[in-house]
Amino acid sequence: MGKINVKAEGLEKNYGKVQAVRSVSFEVEEGELFGLIGPDGAGKTSIFRMLASLILPDSGTVRVAGFDPVKQYQDVRRRIGYMPGRFSLYQDLSVEENVQFFASVFGTSLSENYELVADIYRQIEPFRDRKAGALSGGMKQKLALCCALIHKPEVLLLDEPTTGVDPVSRKEFWQMLKRLKTKGISVVVSTPYMDEAGLCDRIALIQKGKILRIDAPERISESFPFGLWLLRAREMFALLTSLRKYPHAQSAYSFGEDIHFVFQKGKENPEALKEYLQGLAFKDLEIREGKPTIEDCFMAMDS
Amino acid sequence: MADYVIQAESLSKHFGKFKAVDSISFEVKAGEIFGFLGANGAGKTTAMRMLTGLSYPTSGQAKVAGFDVRKHPEDIRRNIGYMSQKFSLYEDLTVRENIRFFGGIYRMSDAAIERKCRELLRGLQLESEAGQLVGSLPLGWKQKLAFSVAVFHDPKIVFLDEPTGGVDPVTRRLFWDMIYQKASGGLTVFVTTHYMDEAEYCDRVSIMVDGRIEALDSPKALKKKYSSQTMDEVFLKLARQ
Repeated sequence: MGKINVKAEGLEKNYGKVQAVRSVSFEVEEGELFGLIGPDGAGKTSIFRMLASLILPDSGTVRVAGFDPVKQYQDVRRRIGYMPGRFSLYQDLSVEENVQFFASVFGTSLSENYELVADIYRQIEPFRDRKAGALSGGMKQKLALCCALIHKPEVLLLDEPTTGVDPVSRKEFWQMLKRLKTKGISVVVSTPYMDEAGLCDRIALIQKGKILRIDAPERISESFPFGLWLLRAREMFALLTSLRKYPHAQSAYSFGEDIHFVFQKGKENPEALKEYLQGLAFKDLEIREGKPTIEDCFMAMDS
Repeated sequence: MADYVIQAESLSKHFGKFKAVDSISFEVKAGEIFGFLGANGAGKTTAMRMLTGLSYPTSGQAKVAGFDVRKHPEDIRRNIGYMSQKFSLYEDLTVRENIRFFGGIYRMSDAAIERKCRELLRGLQLESEAGQLVGSLPLGWKQKLAFSVAVFHDPKIVFLDEPTGGVDPVTRRLFWDMIYQKASGGLTVFVTTHYMDEAEYCDRVSIMVDGRIEALDSPKALKKKYSSQTMDEVFLKLARQ
């Protein structure tokens, strides 16, 4: 097992009556890509802020890069790169000026750690004279990542770096993260896109301040406790409605061009289901068994 | 002849030398769920601003809900619904106040607002929360309310700008159930999204690349044309070419 670079134990954070983070514990190793996966309001941002020494936990302990963010916040801040959810670079400075500014704050320069950011910097370099505020969403995120890496941090904290970013830019961003972890940087990244969970080494599924489960993404999908059936027909919405009315239905949800259907425990009988649907005269009806995704698992745990 | 709610012909918007929208032509039929996709910076927002009467085209024509975007932008705004993830409801007004406010903006009569408000609250099962501040509602409820308010004045078409960003997977699907329900009642839905599984729920999808519409068809036909298994693949092939 590698060196533990992030360790949270029993973290709690309340805002008045709202329990934003409830007894959260996890560890992240050196060179690990660790995902916090959950919707808005799950508590992801509060966890990041506690790791980054920006807010204090109500209880619990944290170690980041070997230091305590509560007592040794200066040591922590020198060793982390933090990219908050909201774009927080200087909109009216150019791309190059932003990079230079963040480098100088940490007493370094672009050339000193160029090897680490080269691959990202090359993509934004054609726009280096453009003001950061005038960049497209995907480019802004690349610039922000570049600035967060400029001082060669041991731990990279990325709060929803791909939210609102188009699928192509999202894929490029994740490829960059993969390359970063080969350099030994621990990356903690959050996302509301469940399809991105599979790109992490391990993930924590979070809902309403609580961690539902921590594991490798493939182990989570393998442990889906039900049989999953994929259905499609010409009239998808009617099919969805009929499936929900089926007496032995546990759940039926749209997933792209299929509907994912789960039988109640002990009631699994695809032949009977097929007969029921044929009786309703659906056209081009298809039923087949499928593999659950992280999103299926999240929804099953959440409900 | 089909009944069109949007007809755009060579619609363009230039900012200086930059062609944000470069001569797009397409139609949206009544009752259709139309997905409007594209990478960040491809020109979706600019195109939507023209179609909703907020931005004047550099050249080309468009008719929305029967009105010309150049000559009658006011009429367009009165006859469409609009919802975005960012701006939709006033958090410091109650549920009922928000409904009354938007009904008033669209010049509905007090009696009509009163009657439809009751129907809306019953439909959403929000009757006991009518006096609560919108800011105190869970995100999923806010979103359903925002959608219901956007179509409160019975527009022919509703524009949804990334309506499901950041929402949990169950709520996201319940939201699409609402869209389907309204569309089956004849409402035309024009929607942008970054979730490619949601592109599959649309009747037809257009994909913008660098200001132009590069592809427009049903998800099924697009997947066939680009020999792809999913809309995600189609999108990647088009946007990376």
